[in-house]
Amino acid sequence: MMLNRKATEVAVFTMFRGCALLVVLALVVLLGYIVTGGLERLSIEFLTEMPRRANTQGGILPAIVGTFYLMLIVLGISVPIGVMSAVYLVEYEQSSWMGRVFKLAAYNLAGVPSIVYGLLGLGIFVAYLGLGFSLISAGLTLSIMTLPLMISSAREAIAAVPSTVREASYALGATKWQTIWHHVLPYALPGIFTGIILSVSRAAGETAPLMLTGVAMSLQRLPDSFFDSFMALPYHVFYMATQSSDLLATRPIQYATALVLLLLVLGMNLIAIVLRKRYRDKYRW
Amino acid sequence: MRKNKHLPPREKAIQLSLTLATWSSVVALAAVFGELLLGALPAFSSINIIDFFTGTVWNPAHPMYPLYGILPLFVGTLMVSFGAALIAIPVGLGCSIWLAELASPRVKAIFKPAIEILAGIPSVIFGFFALVILSEWIAVVFDPVTKLNALNGAIMLAVMMVPIMVTVAEDAMNAVPCSLREASLALGATRWETIRHVVVPASLSGVVAAIVLAFGRAVGETMTVLMATGNATALHFDLLRSVQTMTAAIAIDFGEVEFGSEHYHVLFLVGLVLFVITFIINFLAEWVTRRYREEY
Amino acid sequence: MTTAIRTDDLHVYFDKNHALKGVSMDIEMNRVTAVIGPSGCGKSTFIRCINRMNDLIPGCMVKGKVMVDGEDINDDEIDVVNVRRRIGMVFQKPNPFPKSIYENVAYGPRLHGVAEMADGRLRRRKHTKKDLDEIVEHSLKRAALWDEVKDRLDKSGTSLSGGQQQRLCIARTLAVNPEIILFDEPCSALDPIATAKIEDLLVDLKKDYTVVIVTHSMQQAARISDRTAFFYLGDLVEMGDTKQIFERPQKELTEQYITGRMG
Repeated sequence: MMLNRKATEVAVFTMFRGCALLVVLALVVLLGYIVTGGLERLSIEFLTEMPRRANTQGGILPAIVGTFYLMLIVLGISVPIGVMSAVYLVEYEQSSWMGRVFKLAAYNLAGVPSIVYGLLGLGIFVAYLGLGFSLISAGLTLSIMTLPLMISSAREAIAAVPSTVREASYALGATKWQTIWHHVLPYALPGIFTGIILSVSRAAGETAPLMLTGVAMSLQRLPDSFFDSFMALPYHVFYMATQSSDLLATRPIQYATALVLLLLVLGMNLIAIVLRKRYRDKYRW
Repeated sequence: MRKNKHLPPREKAIQLSLTLATWSSVVALAAVFGELLLGALPAFSSINIIDFFTGTVWNPAHPMYPLYGILPLFVGTLMVSFGAALIAIPVGLGCSIWLAELASPRVKAIFKPAIEILAGIPSVIFGFFALVILSEWIAVVFDPVTKLNALNGAIMLAVMMVPIMVTVAEDAMNAVPCSLREASLALGATRWETIRHVVVPASLSGVVAAIVLAFGRAVGETMTVLMATGNATALHFDLLRSVQTMTAAIAIDFGEVEFGSEHYHVLFLVGLVLFVITFIINFLAEWVTRRYREEY
Repeated sequence: MTTAIRTDDLHVYFDKNHALKGVSMDIEMNRVTAVIGPSGCGKSTFIRCINRMNDLIPGCMVKGKVMVDGEDINDDEIDVVNVRRRIGMVFQKPNPFPKSIYENVAYGPRLHGVAEMADGRLRRRKHTKKDLDEIVEHSLKRAALWDEVKDRLDKSGTSLSGGQQQRLCIARTLAVNPEIILFDEPCSALDPIATAKIEDLLVDLKKDYTVVIVTHSMQQAARISDRTAFFYLGDLVEMGDTKQIFERPQKELTEQYITGRMG
């Protein structure tokens, strides 16, 4: 009887270990293909030149620049609003019904499909506000998309500051904002930084919202202003892989673009993870 | 909490701006819903809504008789999402249990970042992989009519779903206090029996929430299915044939649609349906978590 | 004897839980008043009413009057921030800020500025570095910590031992120049030697401040306090001179607690 039970356990545990291995394998395979496929075409020229001959030659500079501008817009909009919301939700609003409404709103925003955000961007920014197919329309749309993630990571960081620090500050006659500014925010800052990096990298990898707010297939110049049209890395991968003039011949370009995007996003994620680990160890409460 | 009526003007101003910032989430959510409604409203008057929800042909581009039946898209979404769930749930559960109960700290330190990396990869890259590599493997193994089919999308989606599932489910299992496990082991149960009869039931609400959440993400996914499933709009239930999901339909058609046309508004209607579906799924996940949460 | 604090029919509710039931008592100025009683009797809840710290707890309702200097500080119209400057608190677990020792003590004064008489009116101005240096040194000396830290004022407050951290918290409170200082079981996380140092400090402080200390140690109350209040299940059972409470308690409950017969 005991043998039977033991045997079951061994079998089941092996299966579970197998599942984990499967997942790691999937990751390794995926990364492996992208890296090996993309290295061939990856070079300084690829990163710094404009595309030529209908994207079949040259580089992808406008796509890289476009993605960076988008990240900038997201940084400028969703970070302040997100952090301010998080401060409010943790420090000011506790358990009243308003707090629940805000929580619900953020939670549901997080679950909205990315293409639906595209529709939002199209309807409100492109059409209604007349911003047209431009960086700013796409950037604003991405900002709203990343807002829930920004709020939840900032919230986590702020809520992790132990209440004893706040109590000590209040007991000395500090106001709420003085306590937040002098004690809560400085110690939540590393966690907030991590959240910012993760949010912005998530925005950098999104494609669907861009497709409805005017990302271009090929441009011969860099954007002049935020109201200008733009290219972006994720869309470029999609476009090249599905609609470029010669799918097979441009395969190396497709791989290389995918690799650049991967390096960008994973690089940012890595920095965020390292930051978080360093500061978690440093500020052991 | 009691309010201090003696706030200096600076504190009042700060509090006001913080409140305004927080309202942005609510405004954004309302804007999403409102915009979908506004965009879809004209469709209600120009097409037959019954036909929309029951029609079996989606062919909006036809010059003479455009047909807006959502069923092919709906079924396409379901096939891909359920197919992905069928793969992702067992694998995800297995990983979660392994991570929470069995893995040594050293191995955990490698696996957890791996999961995070997987979760961070942009969907377009998964789509690219499915389009270029995975479809070839499916072609070799199954010899289907077309290599860009529902199965291709389902497998790729499954790989994307697993990290979400594992993160949430592992948290739920870790929250079960050690004392419960010790009590079970002290009674002579094996570790597997403890996991099966104590840990998993105790963390069930979190595990179910993880599944529902991951499913919701699969339903809402756009780029991966767009690139992997072939985008043929016929209604069928064959995993080895090409399908188009609701999300892909919106993304693709928008390249060709005319601003303010009937097709344009119908796409918003599809978006509305999508929004409602994912809203319900998320609501379910939240409800399950709240209702069945174990109080320790 | 002058009254520093007078509570009048003070009730505290945490949602449905009636934690403090109609407490009326006087706390004398420049004396050490101990608040004793078994766990959960409402001692901490009571003193947290005096500096309005209960306001921070959601679902908490405080009814009744807390008169300090002729004003009811529990009134809605009162500036609670100023109340907390005048009435300081030292907590059970030492909680220095993760800043330097100097910054810990200077934080409070920096917020409130220097009060001085100018043209016959009370004004507040910003501190100069010299002002702050003086305040920091004076507070650390008064808290019996100066000699131990004067050469390392820039070191983190959390690098000190438990007892030193608690004295740092006391110095920090002294730096804002309160009239009343509340101590919520200040020694329960400390070893006997650190405890003894703090007890000596408390007795010294009463020369200039009104001290209220919550303690679960009857011996400590008997050692250092002038007046003692005994709480049980949210009620103020008995209050009087410490000697009288411990030698000739009037209420039976008090006697049971004192003699250890309370379960």
